[in-house]
Amino acid sequence: MSGGTWKHAPGFYEGDRPRIVTSRFEYEDSFTLERYLATDGYKGLRTALGRPATDVHDEVKNATVLGRGGAGFPAGNKWGLTPQGVWPRYLVVNGDESEPGTYKDRLLMERDPHQLIEGCLIASYAAGLSQCFLYIRGEMALAQERVAAALNEAYAAGYVGKNILGSKFSLDIVLHWGAGAYVVGEETALIESLEGNRGMPRLKPPYFPAAIGLYGQPTIVNNVETLANLPWLLQNGAPAYTAIGTATSPGTRMVAVSGHVNRPGVFEIINGTTTFRDLLYGDEFCQGIRNGNDLKAFVPGGGSAPWFTPDQLDLPFEASQVGPAGSMLGSGAIMVMDSTTDIPRAALTLTRFYAHESCGKCTPCREGGTWLERILSRVVDGKGTDADLDQLFEVGESICPGAFPHASNEKLGLAAVPFPYRMNTICFVGPSAYAPVHSALTLFRSEFEARITKRKLISVTAVGQ
Amino acid sequence: MARLSEDNIRLAREIIGRYPKPRSATIPLLHLAQEQDGFVTNEAMSHIGELVGATSAEVYGTASFYEMFKFEPVGKFLINICGTMSCALLGAEELMHHAEGRLGIKMGSTTADGKITLERAECQAACTEAPCLQVNYRYRYRVTPQDLDALIDDLSSGALDAEIPAHGTVATVRQSIPADRGVGAVDPDDVTEGPAWLDGKAAL
Repeated sequence: MSGGTWKHAPGFYEGDRPRIVTSRFEYEDSFTLERYLATDGYKGLRTALGRPATDVHDEVKNATVLGRGGAGFPAGNKWGLTPQGVWPRYLVVNGDESEPGTYKDRLLMERDPHQLIEGCLIASYAAGLSQCFLYIRGEMALAQERVAAALNEAYAAGYVGKNILGSKFSLDIVLHWGAGAYVVGEETALIESLEGNRGMPRLKPPYFPAAIGLYGQPTIVNNVETLANLPWLLQNGAPAYTAIGTATSPGTRMVAVSGHVNRPGVFEIINGTTTFRDLLYGDEFCQGIRNGNDLKAFVPGGGSAPWFTPDQLDLPFEASQVGPAGSMLGSGAIMVMDSTTDIPRAALTLTRFYAHESCGKCTPCREGGTWLERILSRVVDGKGTDADLDQLFEVGESICPGAFPHASNEKLGLAAVPFPYRMNTICFVGPSAYAPVHSALTLFRSEFEARITKRKLISVTAVGQ
Repeated sequence: MARLSEDNIRLAREIIGRYPKPRSATIPLLHLAQEQDGFVTNEAMSHIGELVGATSAEVYGTASFYEMFKFEPVGKFLINICGTMSCALLGAEELMHHAEGRLGIKMGSTTADGKITLERAECQAACTEAPCLQVNYRYRYRVTPQDLDALIDDLSSGALDAEIPAHGTVATVRQSIPADRGVGAVDPDDVTEGPAWLDGKAAL
């Protein structure tokens, strides 16, 4: 059993909104070349090839297509960071979706693989990238099958490979798949993995693989959803794209809302204007908190993001407002906790995730993450001591020195500490282990204290009942 | 247990040929080895090293980093129950306890008949369909304890054998680049010029 408007797109709800990347989801055979061609497929590519590459690059820059993987860096600008005159340059597609709460790239790969392929072609043409590697998460068998079949069709029909559509543009797209490691979603770790190594992030600088990436060459790493926007953009133009959403967050974006809502789902929302209240309570979205319960807290941007409480519900999906409020939009993943939620245990499910997924390269993350998990585990099991709660902050500060971002809270008299944080690690896995602990302990300290003073042994029930 | 078979060597060479550097094929070839034997054997890792130009220790170094590669036999069906937040909020821990009770094994082990291995997995990107699980990387959504019982019955009786390949096989469709359509991989050291289409003119 699964939710959603259509059985073949589990969890996805259509709604009465513009659809840029999910326009074919209603068709059961949306993943075939036949359906793709019948619904304007590969028209954006044709438009692109009819213009000089620099023009296409400018079109994408003008549209301000924000990266949909988590950092929100504009794709057109990212492409421009490659050094002049250094060849070859590569495109690596990040389809290693695994941030807790995130469910969108998998749907895009399963339901519309040709759209992604067309996006890869447009990006490679515009930025002069001579080979593309499409890295799909290892556990996503169906996505791998759909993309493999689509690539086979596209090669045979002349859309990928030598002299595409009879032009001077040639590109191989190689399907590559991972083998289970969250950290590989970090772009330099992804490149390490693609080179056949352990997927550990590279030391920075250089900050962008656009300078030095795959095999030491300039490499653009783009998220699946980011690339999926390009066919529509080329067909309709930057002005049509920026007419949706706001000036700083144009277009749409895919958002998954999960947890204690009446109708968990994946939605393509209008960027910049849609608020968290719309998403959690709106009729076309999640239709309120389950069982008529109150909202306790929500994670606004994937497991790595500091938590929000009902105080922040009216914030829109706009980075320039969510950042100062103490969190991030990340990968479009909202996890909702209702009033029955056992907060320390909920935090533990996330901290355990990041501790488990630490690659071990940076000591603060390798050791710190593990200790956060152990101490928190002890507290949850009713075996914690008074010193444990301060110890959690101390360990966290060894990963992220200084004030850690959190939301404001009227009831507690807390003022927000803005995002981002300082960090003693190369990548965000270590800080992400701390984020749920820090948020939970800052916003719901009394629940932890009750665990300690009562030495309460917890029976095995759902985290929220 | 074994080095790669003749058919798989052919496939391996095709895969290696797609990359500018052979070592990039390490993970795809490890998947191939796991598909052949159900887990990754030492012999296969030595063989992969020979094919991509790495030592067997380097291949093991890579393989051991990744959750999906197993170095000893696992059950024909690997059940991964998600344990991360969205699933935990909706009963994933209960589901795991139910599975342990039903199968009579602890998380991380295999039933005596070698049929089913039970593991807790991290977020599987199906958060709106919680609690979810995968059997050999095929999804099951909004799983109740009753659903899980029915699933285990079906796995045991062989009713799902056609839908779910034995552990080791992930995708059942492979990419295949036709010889006359492929551009071909080039070692970056041999490239001195930018691509032909960057001449300031439209490609079409």
